[in-house]
Amino acid sequence: MHRTLAEKLWDSHVVRSAPGEPDLLFIDMHLVHEVTSPQAFDGLRLAGRPVHRPDLTLATEDHNTPTDYVLPLVGTSSIKDEVSRTQIETLRANCAEFGIRLYPMGNDNQGIVHVIGPQLGITQPGMTIVCGDSHTSTHGAFGALAFGIGTSQVEHVLATQTLPMDRPKTMSVTVDGQLPHGVTPKDVILAVIAKAGTGGGQGYMVEYRGSVFENMSMEGRMTVCNMSIEWGARAGMIAPDQTTFEYLEGRDHAPKGAEWDDAVAYWTRLRTDDQAEFDAEVTLDAAPLTPFVTWGTNPGQGAPLSAVVPDTASFADGADRLAAEKALHYMGLEAGTPLRTIRVDTVFVGSCTNGRIEDLRAAAQVLEGRKVADGVRVLVVPGSMRVRQQAEEEGLDAIFTAAGAEWRQAGCSMCLGMNPDQLTPGERSASTSNRNFEGRQGKGGRTHLVSPLVAAATAVRGTLSSPADL
Amino acid sequence: MEKFIVHAGTAVPLRRSNVDTDQIIPAVYLKRVTRTGFADGLFSAWRTSEPGFVLNRPEHAGATILVAGPDFGTGSSREHAVWALLDYGFKAVIAPRFGDIFRGNSLKAGLLTVQLPDDIVQRLWGDIEETPDVEVTVDVVERNVRWSGETHGFELDDYTRWRLLEGLDDISLTLQHTDAIDAYESARKPWLPTVAD
Repeated sequence: MHRTLAEKLWDSHVVRSAPGEPDLLFIDMHLVHEVTSPQAFDGLRLAGRPVHRPDLTLATEDHNTPTDYVLPLVGTSSIKDEVSRTQIETLRANCAEFGIRLYPMGNDNQGIVHVIGPQLGITQPGMTIVCGDSHTSTHGAFGALAFGIGTSQVEHVLATQTLPMDRPKTMSVTVDGQLPHGVTPKDVILAVIAKAGTGGGQGYMVEYRGSVFENMSMEGRMTVCNMSIEWGARAGMIAPDQTTFEYLEGRDHAPKGAEWDDAVAYWTRLRTDDQAEFDAEVTLDAAPLTPFVTWGTNPGQGAPLSAVVPDTASFADGADRLAAEKALHYMGLEAGTPLRTIRVDTVFVGSCTNGRIEDLRAAAQVLEGRKVADGVRVLVVPGSMRVRQQAEEEGLDAIFTAAGAEWRQAGCSMCLGMNPDQLTPGERSASTSNRNFEGRQGKGGRTHLVSPLVAAATAVRGTLSSPADL
Repeated sequence: MEKFIVHAGTAVPLRRSNVDTDQIIPAVYLKRVTRTGFADGLFSAWRTSEPGFVLNRPEHAGATILVAGPDFGTGSSREHAVWALLDYGFKAVIAPRFGDIFRGNSLKAGLLTVQLPDDIVQRLWGDIEETPDVEVTVDVVERNVRWSGETHGFELDDYTRWRLLEGLDDISLTLQHTDAIDAYESARKPWLPTVAD
């Protein structure tokens, strides 16, 4: 039988299959953070259950952590919000009680959960990876089956290292051709979402295929897979290849010696068979793509940077029109306004979407020798402490601070309003994160999703811009 | 989990699409370490800034069924969204389409999510707006929704239906298959990573 990559990954993890029941899938790695785990650990305690495989469970602190502390840290005193502090302390107590490795705030290996897995070599092709976070799809960039789960499922995985799941359908997204200069993985995925709509991937495991993804770096692939959930997909993945193997080789948890050779031989077979069929297919031509930004309050409400704020009357579908009207009202935008003239207050470079070293290099390349526009606040937040360290070794931090940006500690930061890095009501941001939902970056905040290149150029000009505008 | 067999109550028409989980409960409310106490956060931005928001209207006080537009519950995996709806008093949500993770979370926590076609939802909205105290019945046994003489079936797979009717939790069901889990574990690839503390 000819199978897609997703089906191969699924089949190789079925512990038990019975007619009329969901498949029971084995989970190779369970990533845990402070927000979606406390109630799961409580559930275990109530039922007197241990964690079945602490050796396949890794925890970090990312959502609540402030990013403006100075090392070395003493306890959790740098977290001013008492409820946030309790949540972090609860994670520490739970990990100690159940024997789970935790990389706490300030640790060299701490960072956003979806940044640390890949950088430690824990994320590998052929694995199943889950986390109580919808951006777990990031790990699919390695040819892994990775998806976000709710807290009940977190408890289930802790207790059994498995999950009962109905197999989603499969979809291919093929982007072929040469990406124009200045068009980044973020622009590609924003264009895919705008084309497919926020619900377009619902019920599917998506495989990104074609020359654009084949030519992309691992970090670019992570950006693409990261945003799979933003158009509803259950998982996003890219078949492993030489780029994947080169990224992995030598990392802390990557296989070594003879096991490396065995692993590569196995990983090389993790490809969709030539004659396999997808349940749905989407194709996009790379050549006409341009820097893409969002104007609305869901990631599907985006347009090329050269466009204007759309006229809501142009939406054929009634629900889309209503959503666009509501979005423009919330965003304080008028139809017909050129996107390039929209003035921002804050620029955020970071998150599990665009907080890796290549993202910081891209932003630094634009900011080098330039100054942030008057009145614009720029936060550069590395996705992990290792990314931070590497950036400092490369002198990127000096470029950012010389330009007038703030250089922060690792964490989720302004991607979501859970820690002190937030927008105030009415404040407008250009953000390299993944969600422009109402209030996502702070109550009343207005978010435009952009690539790191657009973020940096916007920081310099003060209005939504690409490096070509400088 | 409590059993869900049949529920009858009044409903709230939420005429909005793409209601993501950040709207259902903003991140700032996710800091609790308990499973309860999330009712205050439910739709907090809309409840506090829009006096005319449906949940603020007296005619919908005490409603237990939420009727929303397409793509309800998209975005973040936060199960707090489900807990907030349950804490507030909702037993079921009806919409033309749901975010996958939200739907999975809801059915595991005992909040029934019912998918009905767009035109039926529109009709239900109209009927509730005309008669706010119209009784709506959501029936897991018959797999249908009924109000004012209308009856519309919905899809719910047999397995999930059985779990809801019996109030069973997944973990105890899975723990009946530890032999299969042990067998799978003994045959895993030797190079797979471990992170023992």
